Amino acid sequence: MLTALKQQFRIWLFRPKIESGTVMLTQRRIFILPTWQGAGFALVLLLMLLGDINYNLSLGYALTFLLGTLAMMTMLHAFRNMAQLEIRAGRADAVFAGEDAQVAFHFYNRSGLPRYRLTLRDDGGHRITFDVPAWQSVEVTLPLPALRRGWMSSGRLTLFTEFPLGLFHAWSYLQFDTRCLVYPRPAAPLPLPANLAQSGAGNSGAAGDEDFSGLRGYVAGDALQRIAWKALAREQGLLVKQFSAQQGRELILDWALLPEQGAERKLEILARWVLDADAQKMHYGLRLPEAELPPQLGPAHRAECLRALALFGMDEKAP
Amino acid sequence: MKKTAAKNIREIGSAHLIYGLLACTLMAVAPHAGHLLWWVSALCAVLLGWRAYLAYSGASLPPRWLLLAITLGGTGGILISFHTLFGREAGVTLLVLLAALKMLELRAARDAVIVIYLACFILITHFFYSQSISAALFMLATLPAIVATWLHLQNGALSLNTRLRMAAVLLFQAIPLTLVLFILFPRVQGPLWGLPQDAYASSGLDDKMSPGSLSRLSLSDAVAFRATFAGKPPMREQMYWRGPVLWEFDGRTWTPGKAGRAKPAQLDSLDSPSEYTVTLEPHNKPWLFALEMPVRLSIPSELTYDFQLHQKSAVPARLRYSVRSQLGYRANAEEEPRQLQRALSVPGDLNPRARLLAAEWRIQAEAVPPPQPSHEGKGGNRALAGVDETIVRAALAHFNREQFRYTLEPLLLGANSVDDFLFGTREGFCEHYASSFVFLMRAAGVPARVVTGYQGGELNDLGGYFIIRQSDAHAWAEVWLRGRGWVRVDPTAAIAPARVQSGLAASLPDSAALPFFERNASPWLRNLRFNLDALTNRWNQWVLGYDPERQFAFLTRMGMEAVTWQKMALNMLGGVALLVAAFALFMLRRLYARNTDAAQRLYLRFCRKLARGGIARAAHEGAQDFAARASRMKPQHAAAIADITARYLALRYGGQSESGALAAMRRAVAAFRL
Repeated sequence: MLTALKQQFRIWLFRPKIESGTVMLTQRRIFILPTWQGAGFALVLLLMLLGDINYNLSLGYALTFLLGTLAMMTMLHAFRNMAQLEIRAGRADAVFAGEDAQVAFHFYNRSGLPRYRLTLRDDGGHRITFDVPAWQSVEVTLPLPALRRGWMSSGRLTLFTEFPLGLFHAWSYLQFDTRCLVYPRPAAPLPLPANLAQSGAGNSGAAGDEDFSGLRGYVAGDALQRIAWKALAREQGLLVKQFSAQQGRELILDWALLPEQGAERKLEILARWVLDADAQKMHYGLRLPEAELPPQLGPAHRAECLRALALFGMDEKAP
Repeated sequence: MKKTAAKNIREIGSAHLIYGLLACTLMAVAPHAGHLLWWVSALCAVLLGWRAYLAYSGASLPPRWLLLAITLGGTGGILISFHTLFGREAGVTLLVLLAALKMLELRAARDAVIVIYLACFILITHFFYSQSISAALFMLATLPAIVATWLHLQNGALSLNTRLRMAAVLLFQAIPLTLVLFILFPRVQGPLWGLPQDAYASSGLDDKMSPGSLSRLSLSDAVAFRATFAGKPPMREQMYWRGPVLWEFDGRTWTPGKAGRAKPAQLDSLDSPSEYTVTLEPHNKPWLFALEMPVRLSIPSELTYDFQLHQKSAVPARLRYSVRSQLGYRANAEEEPRQLQRALSVPGDLNPRARLLAAEWRIQAEAVPPPQPSHEGKGGNRALAGVDETIVRAALAHFNREQFRYTLEPLLLGANSVDDFLFGTREGFCEHYASSFVFLMRAAGVPARVVTGYQGGELNDLGGYFIIRQSDAHAWAEVWLRGRGWVRVDPTAAIAPARVQSGLAASLPDSAALPFFERNASPWLRNLRFNLDALTNRWNQWVLGYDPERQFAFLTRMGMEAVTWQKMALNMLGGVALLVAAFALFMLRRLYARNTDAAQRLYLRFCRKLARGGIARAAHEGAQDFAARASRMKPQHAAAIADITARYLALRYGGQSESGALAAMRRAVAAFRL
């Protein structure tokens, strides 16, 4: 009963709503409460007032009222530090489970007041603190850990400030419809399947790792064995050795051919193979119980495959 | 070790923050240095210096056990010095020590917050010692430092200048509300609880009098009591507020002595009644003050054999009572011989010259027949009373004739204090005059005693009452004349009549307090001094003396009817709400001002400039059309017109929103001249 009432109150007060586009922090959206520090200062002021009364300290009254008023005025300052700020959620690039999703937010300050020490945090305690100078906008990237594959929403975020004196906590809840695609965590490196038979045109043989054809930049998921350590030692950056696979070889990564095990595990293995096949410039296709992607090559194809794996068994629309 | 120090600094900011906190602590503590125990001042200086060095060198903080040892040692030292950790002196000392120690324990942001709170609290303890204008100014100088450091704690990226500016803004914004609260906050009649003994130790009349005790008291502006007269108040020179009566003299100090069994006080031949109400400030002493001589009191109390009003216990809180006094009286005309004997005793063989002088007076008085005995007595008594009266007159004439000076800062006296004063220094305060006069009387065989109390008072026109301050403390003499009883004689009046007629300030030569101004008596400096004095007086009256009564009087004068604390509280809340709303509007107005509006304003200013040059923009004319027309009419300004118009369009319609663009346009418009 009480919990339900509390819930009702919270809904009335905070009006949780998932928003899109640009949000302006209006008066209705900003909440202010004293911090523990503020309560401590109130206690100090109370002691001072008692001393003034007891010892009839007229100047003491003046000092107590001055500090008290100052403290109260910081409430307005804290509010002003956030008010009329405009926020837009940017796009977040897809990541693999286990990595941090970099969710970008744009803060626009369309006023002549610099905004100091704003903190954006999620309910899990990940936070980032930043300033927004007058008449400017900043892009803030909040790293949120992506735990499971599928669509990840940024969830309810809190933007708060305790500027200028830390006596008041002004905050606003932000819940954007922005979502980040999380691919399955790639399994540990393991050899690509040898089921090239279906490809027709290709003659069976070892995977395309015989003929060294050059170096290319490292992409997340590249096998460790293929990293060009010598190039790294020459300080040329993280490069991966590329081997020319024979043209026309096609690889079908088939869900059904995987040994019987958990669905997630299967997806992880498939994700690993997609990455490896892509790294080896193979034509590869993906066959899932629900969908089939014909063999192809290229970043778009890779993204499409990973997306299919990420959303396997899920409603596309779900957040 | 290095690593932990670096971590500490990273946790709470930087070395600059530590310097800021050090500055706050130092500014808050420094004014206490004068009245703290010397070793506490020294210890604090060492601790703060140590902290500054640690911040400078980046070394790690001292281990906790060392800090604990210093804390315990310091607390123990304070306990030994004061025998308590509570009360004003010990409390302040402890607070100062803890603030200095906390600086060495800055491990997290929370510790820095505690240092700031302590600094705020220590700031208020200065007012135990001084509430002068300079103390207020020092407070106002310390506050920006504290607030700026506080801001640093929240945002270490701000520069010192920015922080100081923000601190000043915060403080300025707080002033109006502070004033409202100061005026309207219902003042409570303190104290709220039994005060520690030291609360009033420095003020109030004692029942001992030695050279310097009253003049020290005279420096205090504290209110002793207030008196409201029912009818017309008596003349100032009749306002002798009787306090402790002192009988015994040891050559230096007067004390009440032991009366033994005495017959009760007896008053007759009464006239000139006066009715009034006294509001006595708590003074932690049992006696009450009333005009000589009180005959009726509204609260239970005892009139002692020497006409003092005594309560059973000390007065711990403000006390109000109504008194009826008879200003004309005959007191104990039938005094007991034993008491008269007490009133004749002089200590040992001190002050030989004074004794000699007194003996001479006695011989002279007995030689010449009394001229006109002013009061009737019985037969032989008359002659005797006349002789005693002659002696009294001779003594007063002596004080009047010789060059005695009335001063607050008399020279020190030796063992024969009366001789030293009468024949040596010849400068003193009322206690010197009363003491030596009574000594002379006794030596001459006239029963006499010292009476202490207050004389005069300051009429408060506003409230229609008299304020009697500690600076009105006074000592006078009483001689017992046969047939007339105890008669008041004020030797001070013989030397400085103004003291009795107009008060202390009038009777002291200016040079006593302000030798510098005396030497440079230019009109400008005199004016400055008078203004300063008037300022101090205003300050004392309105800021320091803003107590419940003054608040009541002020609010009544401001038009508030039937002032009650509820009404004051309501007014206060209303005022606060109003001011906060006004401030909110003022502060938030900048938020809603858009760049486009600012650009529009600038453009209109530009158009006004053109209009003055004869090119008025028609209402239907667009900015670009107008610019084309203006350029045609004033080809020499075409470039500037085009530039400003382009800037305006970019700002207003182009979505440009940097402050730089707006500032550039402002400059361009300002520079535009036809």
